[in-house]
Amino acid sequence: MTDLQPGASGVTAFLDIRDLTMQFGGLRAVSDFTMAVPEHGLYGLIGPNGAGKTTVFNMVTGLYQPTSGEIHFDGHIVNGLQPHEITHLGIARTFQNIRLFRNLTVLDNVRIAYHQHAGYALLEAVTRLGRFRRQERLLTEQAQDFLAVFGLHDRQLELAKNLPYGEQRRLEIARALAAQPRLLLLDEPAAGMNPNETETLMQLIRFVHDEFNLTILLIEHQMRVVMGICEWITVMDFGQVIARGTADDIQSNTQVIEAYLGKQFGKGLTSDAAAS
Amino acid sequence: MKRRFTIPTWIPTLVFAAAIYLAVRYATQTETITRYWYQVIQFAAITAISALGLNLIYGFNGQFSLGHVGFYAIGAYGSALITKDFGRNPWSGDRVGALSWIIAAQLGILLVLAAFRYLRIGRLRQRVRSTLASSLQPHECNVICLLLTLAITALILAAGYYATIGLHWVAYRLNTALYAALPQKLGVAVNFAVAILSGGTMAALVSYLVGLPLLRLGSDYFGIATLGFAIMMYTALQNSDLVIETMKGARGMVGIPPYTTWTWAFGALVVCAIIMRNLIRSSQGRAIISVREDEIAARAMGINVAQQKAMAFSFGGFFAGIAGALFAHLYGFLHPSSFNMIKGFDPLIIIVFGGLGSMTGTIVASIGFALLIEGLRVILPQGFEDWRFVIYPILLLLVMLLRQEGLLGTREWGWLRAPLPPDRDIPVPPRALAAQRAGGNNSEEA
Repeated sequence: MTDLQPGASGVTAFLDIRDLTMQFGGLRAVSDFTMAVPEHGLYGLIGPNGAGKTTVFNMVTGLYQPTSGEIHFDGHIVNGLQPHEITHLGIARTFQNIRLFRNLTVLDNVRIAYHQHAGYALLEAVTRLGRFRRQERLLTEQAQDFLAVFGLHDRQLELAKNLPYGEQRRLEIARALAAQPRLLLLDEPAAGMNPNETETLMQLIRFVHDEFNLTILLIEHQMRVVMGICEWITVMDFGQVIARGTADDIQSNTQVIEAYLGKQFGKGLTSDAAAS
Repeated sequence: MKRRFTIPTWIPTLVFAAAIYLAVRYATQTETITRYWYQVIQFAAITAISALGLNLIYGFNGQFSLGHVGFYAIGAYGSALITKDFGRNPWSGDRVGALSWIIAAQLGILLVLAAFRYLRIGRLRQRVRSTLASSLQPHECNVICLLLTLAITALILAAGYYATIGLHWVAYRLNTALYAALPQKLGVAVNFAVAILSGGTMAALVSYLVGLPLLRLGSDYFGIATLGFAIMMYTALQNSDLVIETMKGARGMVGIPPYTTWTWAFGALVVCAIIMRNLIRSSQGRAIISVREDEIAARAMGINVAQQKAMAFSFGGFFAGIAGALFAHLYGFLHPSSFNMIKGFDPLIIIVFGGLGSMTGTIVASIGFALLIEGLRVILPQGFEDWRFVIYPILLLLVMLLRQEGLLGTREWGWLRAPLPPDRDIPVPPRALAAQRAGGNNSEEA
């Protein structure tokens, strides 16, 4: 595992983030953040509220332009590109506060993510000639298959806003996958879920990770999820990396416990108590 | 769950449209309705086309535009220039002059836009900068790059200018030959069709150019900026005689041949509705709607938001231009006051009234709007006609208080509705089923 540490050699990892800094006026939201994710990894990024985790995601997906630092993805330099260009390179994400297309049907939500692969021109769409019919049917069927994987195919014609919370979360992941990414960024996928839903979600994340040969980086607050499925965890606090390692390493790391629970707990508590 | 066999949605829609068309034709031929009402009905169809365009921009793409009337004016005056020459001096030899200029100018603008797009000046500048950086001071690099950019821009614009003149020469000869070959009556019809289409494309081009800088703005700011455009257009039209004498400025342009008939207006409405429906019910249309729903999520799903906004805005401008062209040939008289701000709000009122994001609602509301305003004029007793501008705002208030989403919300009727996805058995991959169940079983045990 140690050879995956960034900066160790000149070889770039699948996702390679180097010395990333984001400055909002006087606030340094992220400073000198460095991380490497290998292909087909399932990595976690954790930390207390306001540690800068989502800011890192926003920089990787191009919503924010980093103040300094570099992001490499599969040999491409990502920073400076437009968000849609980054998605076309193969990075998709979900959002912490669900951002579905609320007034559209479940099916349309997924079909929008297919837009870049739609395979017909504007003129063909307006005249309904040429490749339109075949491509549109193909695209719809693929979208339906995706919904089936997530158990949402019975609800394909319902409006996204009418789905229960857990299904909205699942739909968001399905939509991100429909963009056919190679790297999937999940921003607190289990937020607001009950233990049963969380368990289903974990199974689902493992499943899509294997089935679609994906690299996954996820932000999570629920320790159970992160410790349960992530191979390698990076911990952030106040915009900086304070620890990295496997789940066991992190659970016994004093600095991490301090960051989560305060200084007085850092020494006294066992790792098990801190993690639960 | 098998769906029952249903009649394809286009059949009732076609029957309904044909019935309306024939009913109005029959009523005019038998003189059941007066010439005045005949024009009101045509005007309603024309307003519907323009309002459809605005609904695409505001209702479907979520960009609050107050400049729609500006594009309407471009279509009106542009097409009027084309047909006026054609109709007035049939044998003077210059009847295709304006047409040729308008075609050439549009192609010229397209060429310039393509040149800017494909020459990638930004990248060229970067390359020059990196080669110069080793030997020159940074500020010297900046000056050289600036001069280079200006020189290239000037070169492209000059090339576009001369290309336009050349294209005019070609277009002039082609047009002369074309209309000489056509019989008189057909020539007039072709010329009118070309004028309508040019009105649309001119407005689309201008809306693309206007949208390039303005669409970066957020919703309200965009509204104010487009309002600025509409006011600029109004002022320009008032003084248009300084540039093109035939446009007559504030005196009003007269002598435009009144070619518009119910068939033209209704045909244009049908064609525009088909184009819009096909656009909305395609991947491009879904991308346009996704921008309205959530811009950030759309970006993250790989939608080029700037491109989708520009596309919706250009299509909206195109529809406005077509409507303007038909309007110009309805009364045969154009005056800048037809394109002032108050008139500019009509399509906005209509689309909010009918339902933002509903094509059916827009068409219904356009017709209702025209019939209401003119109907009140008939119903109200002598001397009380001005009360219609009291009654109709009260109606607006009531609708907005009782049904904020408009008459139809986002609902559609018949063929305009979103088609259902194909009926098929969707296989669930067994491993996915296992993953879904795993959580469920656990929950029962817990």
